[in-house]
Amino acid sequence: MITLKDVFKQLIRDVRNEKLRTFLTVFGIVWGTVAISLMLAFGTGLHRQIIKSTAGLGDRIVIVWPGLTSIPFEGLGKGRRIRITEDDIVSVRSDVAGLKAISSEYSTNMKVDYGTKTMSVDVSGVSPEFGSMRNLIPQSGGRFINPIDMDKQRRVAFLGEKLTRDIFGESQAVGKTVLINQSPFLVIGTLVKKDQDSSYSGPDAGKMWIPSTTYRALTGEKYVNNFVFQADAATNTKRIIERTRAAFGKRLRFDAKDKEALSMWDTTEQFVFLDIFMLAFNSFLGIIGVLTLVVGGIGVSNIMNVVVEERTREIGIKMALGAKQRWILTQFLLETLLVTFLGGVIGFGISIAVCAVFPKLGFTEYVGDPVVSPLVSVLTAVALGIVGLIAGYFPARDAARLDPVVAMKL
Amino acid sequence: MNTNGTIIRMSDIRKVYDTGKVKVEALKGIDLEIHKGEMVAIVGPSGSGKSTLMNLVGCLDTPTSGEYELGGQAVSGVSRDTLAEIRNRRVGFVFQNFNLLPHISAQENVEMPLLFGGVRPAERRERAKAMLERVGLGDRVDHKPTELSGGQMQRVAIARALAMNPDIVLAVEPTGNLDSTAGSDIMSIFTDLWKQGSTMVIITHDPALARRASRVVEIRDGRITADHPSEA
Ligand SMILES: Nc1ncnc2c1ncn2[C@@H]1O[C@H](COP(=O)(O)OP(=O)(O)O)[C@@H](O)[C@H]1O
Ligand SMILES: [Mg+2]
Repeated sequence: MITLKDVFKQLIRDVRNEKLRTFLTVFGIVWGTVAISLMLAFGTGLHRQIIKSTAGLGDRIVIVWPGLTSIPFEGLGKGRRIRITEDDIVSVRSDVAGLKAISSEYSTNMKVDYGTKTMSVDVSGVSPEFGSMRNLIPQSGGRFINPIDMDKQRRVAFLGEKLTRDIFGESQAVGKTVLINQSPFLVIGTLVKKDQDSSYSGPDAGKMWIPSTTYRALTGEKYVNNFVFQADAATNTKRIIERTRAAFGKRLRFDAKDKEALSMWDTTEQFVFLDIFMLAFNSFLGIIGVLTLVVGGIGVSNIMNVVVEERTREIGIKMALGAKQRWILTQFLLETLLVTFLGGVIGFGISIAVCAVFPKLGFTEYVGDPVVSPLVSVLTAVALGIVGLIAGYFPARDAARLDPVVAMKL
Repeated sequence: MNTNGTIIRMSDIRKVYDTGKVKVEALKGIDLEIHKGEMVAIVGPSGSGKSTLMNLVGCLDTPTSGEYELGGQAVSGVSRDTLAEIRNRRVGFVFQNFNLLPHISAQENVEMPLLFGGVRPAERRERAKAMLERVGLGDRVDHKPTELSGGQMQRVAIARALAMNPDIVLAVEPTGNLDSTAGSDIMSIFTDLWKQGSTMVIITHDPALARRASRVVEIRDGRITADHPSEA
């Protein structure tokens, strides 16, 4: 029996003997794998970075401001001011199916004192859900407003990171007490530094949040400034917007089509644009990737062709000595597989290395950090391998089909 | 020395090369029997069909028509894989230009047919080494062909031809690429092999080599024109 060991010994020898050729083939596959892996890695990194800075405002949320009616409704004239209370929010929350979260937001400018410092700060009264919708992530050791704070109308405050620095400098903020409009508030958390490229009332870094129940008790405010909601799935947002507007319309008596009675900012539109942009970007990368594969494949298959031509005489000699077609082909196939495997592993390694080094170069803020997908690398190497295999297989088969005399003369 | 078993039996073998426009009839009806223990020299002018005959005898090529039995086994119409097996088991080739694989050692070259014959590695090594010793290359087993002289390369080829203990050793101009000293070395080896019982068919221009044979077959223009015991 011809053992697997025999096959592999032959293989290693052939690969060793043809260093340049092996190098070229491996290089072709390495190059293709690196090019495609890195391209898609940078694409993914960029995508994530854009999402990260866009999501600074919130994760696919809708922000709603009550306004003036623009359409007469059931005998009521237009230009009527719409005011929304906490009861309206509670009622709509239970009426609208598919509403994942909703939070009212009351806000005004208040005087904040700490020690000898006095400053004027935008303070918002919100519910616990607001934190997750708006990506208000606490630094470790702190927390956002919770349901108990709401129930008990606790005097607790969550601070933006710039505001924290302005008030406390480098010292610990959580656990300290500040005065808001002369009332003492316990600092329960501070915001992590985040990338935020859009806002509707100034960046979060300079703001302060307190429970909306506390806010109302403190100020006597009955009407929300605005509210924020999130659909159960981003793709449902349009539908939930309609339902929400209709629910408020029914309750506060305005036309369900009246876009000015409630003006809404659907931040998912940004994401939709982003999704389209990324689709285009990825298609672009995909086309380049395919071209790279084609060019790489042509290279690899050329080399394989040359290999077979070079070795036709050798094939002839082996056949004269009694090698069967199957042996010859198996050897070519295994050789291609080995070379592909080698190229794929090296290519993947290089891609990983580049991705490991890249974050140290300081471009992260602009283009994000590339993330290599092992799947892409494997698929690329496999694709190139298949091209090589096909390119190597057919000439090898043709050579093995020649009469040994003919093959030996070539 | 003749007639203790027929190794080769050819009847009315024809070979036509069809090169598109021109058809060349290289063999025009060959009848040939070779018996165990013979050493047959096939001689003839260039273009007479010697190589063609050799390729057919060695199952490297198939005849256009005619019957051919090698060691009692019909060769006509068998599959390529069976032909490969027949070559492996029954025929040992010695070519004019050696046809060794250049990148591997003498030992590995001799192991090649054993590998294809399915001989297990340990036995392969042993037999290959024994064959190389038999042709006087016991101290050159790890040399690559490029590190050997022409005569040494041809001896490796002979060792390789003998490795599978074939029915017949088939040599084509085995001294054609060698100087006279190396050539006569090879001839002596052939004579020794013959004396030890190998059946040999040698295609040659070389009168000196032909003289060492037990029988000389002359070909002219694709036909056997003479077949007689050697004068020597
Ligand atoms: N592959 C081939 N294709 C076409 N004609 C061939 C081929 N091989 C040999 N011939 C022709 O067949 C005849 C016999 O050739 P060959 O067997 O090589 O003779 P020799 O070996 O005696 O010189 C010659 O006329 C040669 O031209
Ligand atoms: Mg010839």
